[in-house]
Amino acid sequence: MGKTFSKPEALSSTMTHYCPGCTHGIVHRLIAESIDELGIRGRTVGIAPVGCAVLAYNYFDCDFQEAAHGRAPAMATGIKRVRPDLIVFTYQGDGDLASIGMSEIIHSANRGEKFTTIFINNAIYGMTGGQMAPTTMPGQRATTAPMGRNVEETGMPIRMANLLKELVTPAYITRQAVLNPKQVNKAKKAIKKAFEYQVENKCFSFVEVISNCPTNWGLTPLDSLKWAEENLLPYYELGDYKVPE
Amino acid sequence: MAKVLMKGNEAIGEAAIRAGCKNYFAYPITPQSEVAEYLVKRLPEVDGVFLQGESEVAVGYMIFGAAAAGERVMTTSSSPGISLMSEALSYIAGAQCPAVFVNIMRGGPGLGGILPSQGDYFQATKGGGHGDYHLFVFAPDGVQEAVEMTMMAFPLAEKYRGPVMILGDGMIGQMMEPVEFRDDLKVEPLNKDDWATNGMDTRKSDKRNLVRSLFLDPEVLNNNNLQLKARYEQMKKEEVQYEGYNTDADYKILIVSYGTMSRVCKTAIDEMKEEGLEIALLRPKTLFPFPEKQVFSAATKESCQAVISIEMSMGQMVEDVERCVKGQRKVHFYGECGGEIPSPEKIIEVIRGLIRGE
Repeated sequence: MGKTFSKPEALSSTMTHYCPGCTHGIVHRLIAESIDELGIRGRTVGIAPVGCAVLAYNYFDCDFQEAAHGRAPAMATGIKRVRPDLIVFTYQGDGDLASIGMSEIIHSANRGEKFTTIFINNAIYGMTGGQMAPTTMPGQRATTAPMGRNVEETGMPIRMANLLKELVTPAYITRQAVLNPKQVNKAKKAIKKAFEYQVENKCFSFVEVISNCPTNWGLTPLDSLKWAEENLLPYYELGDYKVPE
Repeated sequence: MAKVLMKGNEAIGEAAIRAGCKNYFAYPITPQSEVAEYLVKRLPEVDGVFLQGESEVAVGYMIFGAAAAGERVMTTSSSPGISLMSEALSYIAGAQCPAVFVNIMRGGPGLGGILPSQGDYFQATKGGGHGDYHLFVFAPDGVQEAVEMTMMAFPLAEKYRGPVMILGDGMIGQMMEPVEFRDDLKVEPLNKDDWATNGMDTRKSDKRNLVRSLFLDPEVLNNNNLQLKARYEQMKKEEVQYEGYNTDADYKILIVSYGTMSRVCKTAIDEMKEEGLEIALLRPKTLFPFPEKQVFSAATKESCQAVISIEMSMGQMVEDVERCVKGQRKVHFYGECGGEIPSPEKIIEVIRGLIRGE
C-alpha cells in the first residue's frame, strides 16, 4: 500500500511553539499543502507577523521575511512590485492586521496588490498574553478588558472581510473557520484558491480564518472550539465576500 | 558626458537610475516631492518600479521588502517623514539589508518648517530608530555631490549590508546647478544569493533564506549586533570622506561645517583671507563614519587657537566635534535653524567675535 499521508514539503520538521489545541498549526498545514499542490515553493516568499505567529518562519520551508507589527502587507507590496514573478503571502493575526496594521492592509487591498493574506482571527492578542483586540467580542473578557469588552468605550468588533469587500478594486475576500474537519476542508479550498488567484496574477486575495485561543480564553481546547462556534460564528459569518469576475 | 542644469531633487532621482536602481517607493513631503514627480516619468522608460505608498511608515517597509528580496531600492523623504520611516530603518539595519534613504531636511521639531535645516544630524548619525545600529550617512554640499553620493550609496549599502542615508537639506533639493553624471560611479550589484529572499528557484538552491531582525536567543542577538559593530568599525577605517579648505594656511580658527552651511563658510573664509585673516574649514562628507582623526589633527594644528562648529541647527554635530578634539582646543558653536541660512557676513562677524574673545 502506498503512502497516503505525509508532511508537505513546504512545512519544516520543526516542532511548533503553539499552545495545545491552537489551530495555527492546522492553518500552516493548509498553506503548505496549497504551496506544494501548486508547485510554487521555489518561488514563494512568506511574511511572518508580530504576534503568536512571529516564529512562523521556522515552520515553513520556503523563503521568509519577518515584519514589524502590522507592516507585513507593505513588505509584501515591496517584494511583489520588484519581483512580480515571486509568490508572496502574509500570515497575520487580528492585533497585527486589524489594529496596528489597518492602514497597510486596506491600502494594499485597494491597490489590488497581487499577494495573498491569511488572516487569523481569534478575537484576542495571544502572544502578549490575552489583551483586547479590535476583533474581541462584546462582553468578552481580556486582560485589558477584565470586565469584558465595553462597546460603549471601544466600539464594536471589526469585521475585516466585510470591511475589505467594500473596496471597489476587484479581490478575492473570504471568511473561513477551522473549528471542525468540515470547515478545515473548506478553508483549505479557499486558501488554495487564494494562491491560485495570485499565480494567475489576478487580484489581491484575503482569507480570514476564524480560529481559537484556548490559553487566553481560559478554556480547554474542545471548549474553545465550541465557544468560537457559538460566539464568533454568528457575528463573523463564514463565506465568500467577494470573488473576482 | 556634458553637464546638464538640474534641480537637486530631480538630479538625485536620475542618479539612482544611473546607479542601477530601478525601484522607488515614496510618500510626498515638501521639500523633496520633485524626486517622485521626476521618477514617475523617468522610471517607466527603464522598466522600473514607481509606487506612491499610503504613508512613510508603509514606504519604509516596502523598501524593506524589496531590499530583502535582493533588489536595489531607494526612497526619498524629508524630516517628519524620516521619523516615520525610522521604525523600518531599525528593522532594515537589524535584518542587514542594503537600501538607500534620502533625507532632504527641513526645520523641526514637529512640523517645523519647510525651509532648509540640519536639525536631523542626531537622528541620522546616532540611529534614529530603536536599538543598536548606525546608518552610513553622506552629507552632500550641492547638486553634484548629491548625485555622486547617491550613486556611491548603492554599492556601499551592499558592501556593508545596511541602510545608507543621503542627508541633504531643502536648499540642495530645491536649487539648480550644473551636474555631471559620472558613469564610472556605477557599480554592478553584488550577488545576494547567500541571504536574500529572492526565491529558491531564482538562486537554484534547495536551501531557503530567511530575513529577520528577531533573535530571541541573547547570544545570537549579541552576535548579530557584533557583526553590525564590526561593519561600523570597518567603515571608520575605509570610508571616511572629508574636505579640507584653506587647511594648508596657518589658520587661527578651524570651522567644522557640512552641507549647504559649509558653502557659506567657504565664502566667508575667502573674504576673510582677502583681509589677511586665515580661517580653515574641515567639511565632513561622511557624517557616519565621522572624520574623527582629521578633525583632531586639523584642530590641533599649532596655529589653530579654537574650533567652531557652524550648523543650521541648535548644535548637534558640535558634540561630535568636541568628542574628536578631546579637549585640546576650545570648541565653540554657532547655528541658526529657522530656515534662514546664516550669511557669509554673519559668519565673519561670529569668527571675528571669537578672535576678540567674545
